[in-house]
Amino acid sequence: MEDISLVTVVLMLPLVGAIPLLFVRSLTEQTIKWLTLTVSLVTFGLSLLLLNNFDTNVAGLQMAQKWDWISGDSFSISYYVGVDGISIWLVLLTTFIMPIAILASFEPIKQRVRLYYLFLLLMEWAMIGVFVAQDLFLFYVFWEVTLIPMYFLIGIWGSEDRIYAAIKFFLYTMAGSLLMLLAILWLGVQAGTFALPEIFAQLNSGELVIDTTTARWLFLAFAVAFAVKVPMWPLHSWLPDAHVQAPTAGSVILAGVMLKMGTYGFVRFNLPLFPEASETFAPYIALLAVIGIIYGAWVSYGQDNIKKLIAYSSISHLGFVMLGIFALNTAGIQGGILQMVNHGISTGGLFLMVGMLYERRHTRMMNAFGGIWKAMPLFSGISLIVILSSMGLPGLNGFVGEFTILLGSAGSEVLSLWFTAFAALGIILAAIYMLYLFNTVFMGELDKEENKRLPDLNWQELWSLIPIVIMVFAIGLQAGYFFDYMDSSVRDLAQYLGDTITAAAGR
Amino acid sequence: MFGLPSLSDLNVGAALPVLLLAFGACLLLVIDLFIPRERKSRTAWLAAIGIGISLVLSLLSLGGAIEFGDGPDAFTGMFRADRLTDAISVAALITALLGVMVAYDYLERTGIQRGEYYVLLLFSTSGAILMGAANNLVIVFIALELLSIPLYILSGFRRPQEASEESAMKYFLLGAFSSGFLIYGIALVYGATGTLDLAGIWEAAGRITAEDSTARFVGMIGAGLMLVGLGFKVAAVPFHMWTPDVYQGAPTPVVAYMSVVAKVGGFGALVRVFGAGLAGFVDGDAPAFWQDTIWLIAVLTMLLGNFVAIVQSDLKRLLAYSTIAHAGYILIAVAAAGASGLADEAAQAVVIYLLAYAFTNAGAFAVIASIEKNDATNTHIDALRGLGTRRPWLAAAMALFMLSLTGIPLTAGFIGKWYVFKVALQADLVAAAIVGVLTSAVSAYYYLRVVWKMYFEEGEGEASTPPALAWGIGIAAVGTLVLGSLPFILSSMARDITLAFGG
Repeated sequence: MEDISLVTVVLMLPLVGAIPLLFVRSLTEQTIKWLTLTVSLVTFGLSLLLLNNFDTNVAGLQMAQKWDWISGDSFSISYYVGVDGISIWLVLLTTFIMPIAILASFEPIKQRVRLYYLFLLLMEWAMIGVFVAQDLFLFYVFWEVTLIPMYFLIGIWGSEDRIYAAIKFFLYTMAGSLLMLLAILWLGVQAGTFALPEIFAQLNSGELVIDTTTARWLFLAFAVAFAVKVPMWPLHSWLPDAHVQAPTAGSVILAGVMLKMGTYGFVRFNLPLFPEASETFAPYIALLAVIGIIYGAWVSYGQDNIKKLIAYSSISHLGFVMLGIFALNTAGIQGGILQMVNHGISTGGLFLMVGMLYERRHTRMMNAFGGIWKAMPLFSGISLIVILSSMGLPGLNGFVGEFTILLGSAGSEVLSLWFTAFAALGIILAAIYMLYLFNTVFMGELDKEENKRLPDLNWQELWSLIPIVIMVFAIGLQAGYFFDYMDSSVRDLAQYLGDTITAAAGR
Repeated sequence: MFGLPSLSDLNVGAALPVLLLAFGACLLLVIDLFIPRERKSRTAWLAAIGIGISLVLSLLSLGGAIEFGDGPDAFTGMFRADRLTDAISVAALITALLGVMVAYDYLERTGIQRGEYYVLLLFSTSGAILMGAANNLVIVFIALELLSIPLYILSGFRRPQEASEESAMKYFLLGAFSSGFLIYGIALVYGATGTLDLAGIWEAAGRITAEDSTARFVGMIGAGLMLVGLGFKVAAVPFHMWTPDVYQGAPTPVVAYMSVVAKVGGFGALVRVFGAGLAGFVDGDAPAFWQDTIWLIAVLTMLLGNFVAIVQSDLKRLLAYSTIAHAGYILIAVAAAGASGLADEAAQAVVIYLLAYAFTNAGAFAVIASIEKNDATNTHIDALRGLGTRRPWLAAAMALFMLSLTGIPLTAGFIGKWYVFKVALQADLVAAAIVGVLTSAVSAYYYLRVVWKMYFEEGEGEASTPPALAWGIGIAAVGTLVLGSLPFILSSMARDITLAFGG
């Protein structure tokens, strides 16, 4: 057998770590917690090695590995994994968020502990799988499997309306992805293989020709699956329910990683597989994205539940990512990818904070708080940083992403300048609702009796927030380092899209 | 002219696995007389051993390790021992084995432990295998009766309990009615083509089409009537009415067995009769005339089965509608067999789906058998409440079966759907495939409802899992998971399946 790629190791480690949880009956709750944390930390450590071994000058797949899974007469399916500039940061984001989510679960989760951590590890496995899979079959497997742990996380450990939220989440996302399954089958049957790089090669060499109408339908089949996940307006209605009902770690994972599976899908599949259709639909998708930006921000402002506010702000932020991607140029896509990471870090942090407030007061309503800064200065200071990062303050991570996206969309050949103008309005709105949140919860008089004795952060909470603060500054101040990794791959993609656009214009 | 053919002329060896099974059933009927009433476990064991031997032989034959007899045609062309027969045998025998395991303790604790149960089960399994192997319409009919009559009796095995008797009566009356359709259809096809032999029908059909005679019309009517008869067996809409009532009233282990084995036999015959024999009625490369009819039936079946299942609150009824829905998915593949040059791949998809379905569905009913009380109550969906904490492994198995029925990846059910939808797209049945995936999303709702009752709600859910039943559920669960995560097992089992005279 050939050497096992580091990608496979990173992918399979959480699954291997889940085995003792499943079969060793004698583990105590403490052991289970620490074992899970250790597994996720080791996974994170190994994923840093991925970064180390990554060659930034190569546009294509790196550390790839391919084993045949089914090789029939008419088609073949393989275990095919690898990373490139588009997926590397998302793998890192996943392995980075997971230990934080696990650490943040130590205190709040007291029931069915074993099952809980089992699902978290399965979740990590499936999410990494989504980002490294290079075979359409394998991708679909991981894509659907992520639903199961999240369904249970919301359904078992969620709040009062958890069953409704869990089933809504599952049905929405599954209904969206099933049409993608047909599109995948169609592509695989036509190409005779489900391996993505081989399909690209066939498209480039003209061996596989998809006529324009079919390509548009396939584009839409993929797009619906991804748009539900992002979620794009008007397919977003599962998101506030899922977020509000999910336990803290569930929200952190959902916002931090799972939503990016949708935006990643657009970059990985829709753009390179159907460049002509991407160009045709770009203005419509950008329109939905901008509506999402404004709508998300607008509705956020009207919330009195902190968690709901942050959930709607996700819709707004992900709108930026979609706008960047469908600018179809280097700056837009790079900004989009970086903003995926930024949103994972900032919003993950925000959900952690809501969870900490909830642990103390058992409410998430804004009017229950006020003047918290005086009772919890450390917590409030960190919160301020995360809130400012989410708003897009220069020097912090959010600014770099949003700025690059706007740069991309302004310079885009397929989008009019109006999209950029309205999106920029979204940044102002973000400042309004975020500062409103900060003002209501943290500033003012400490006038409520219950809030006066709130304890500040304990060490577990502190340790789950510190990495986030570090990354907020790291990306904000050293964005070039992060762009370097994606540069080759994204340039390659943008070049390919640009050629198609030029060819279409010349017709 | 009337000289008896010798055994070697008949090529008896080719039918060895099923002959052993049927012969074993006759033998067991006699042996059972000498087994005392309180020792009926021996009958169960003997039945299981018989099934096991037959299963091993079928698997060896499917894998190409052993070639029984001399060529695939046996009994002067009436029986066909090809890979399709082997695969249908494997599916039927696995179901039978699970059926015995689920039945043993259940019969004991409900006081209906009788040796005839296992004998009938063996006979009906032979019938299912023969349906898949039948190369002659008369054999199709005889095999269908051999499959069905034991099932009628098994449904009423809990007499004098009224629900069980009613179930048997209903099943028998409607079943007899549908047999009438089938035999009339066979007669018309014979009238049109002058032969009962599938290969002969295929040839004659080509000739008739070319001449464009009225015989073609008669043949089509005959095919339609046969579709009614077989459609009844597999519970396709609009011939599904009996299913919920029969499944609810019949003893649960019987349902675990017959909900799968009737489909295995029915689809084995459908794909061979329509995909091979009746596929002859074509004009050039056009799809077979019955393709539109079958995919429309498939669409109706998926829609009705899935949507009605949503409102069910009794587990047996819920799963009854779910089995109707699954008949719809398999019918898509049968319809695809009507496309030119796709018959083989469609037959492979049917077999893969059936194998996946055998483990999953029998397993799901086995879990219901474990929570059912001795008086056949406690099958309401709320009986599952709290099972997730109180019986973690049992609940995990049930959750796995539900996910597999939904078609979630890493379970066998997903692989089945993957192949069915693939062949549907190859055959340009895009509309049927789209309805298929959308109704899958609908089905997620009621399957997940089972999961949420077990895990998200608190309750006193209890279950009794004596060893035989526990092993049965365990085998079904492992099968579901292994076939789902190592899909090459299913694909290599089905790879060599061909329908003889297409092309």
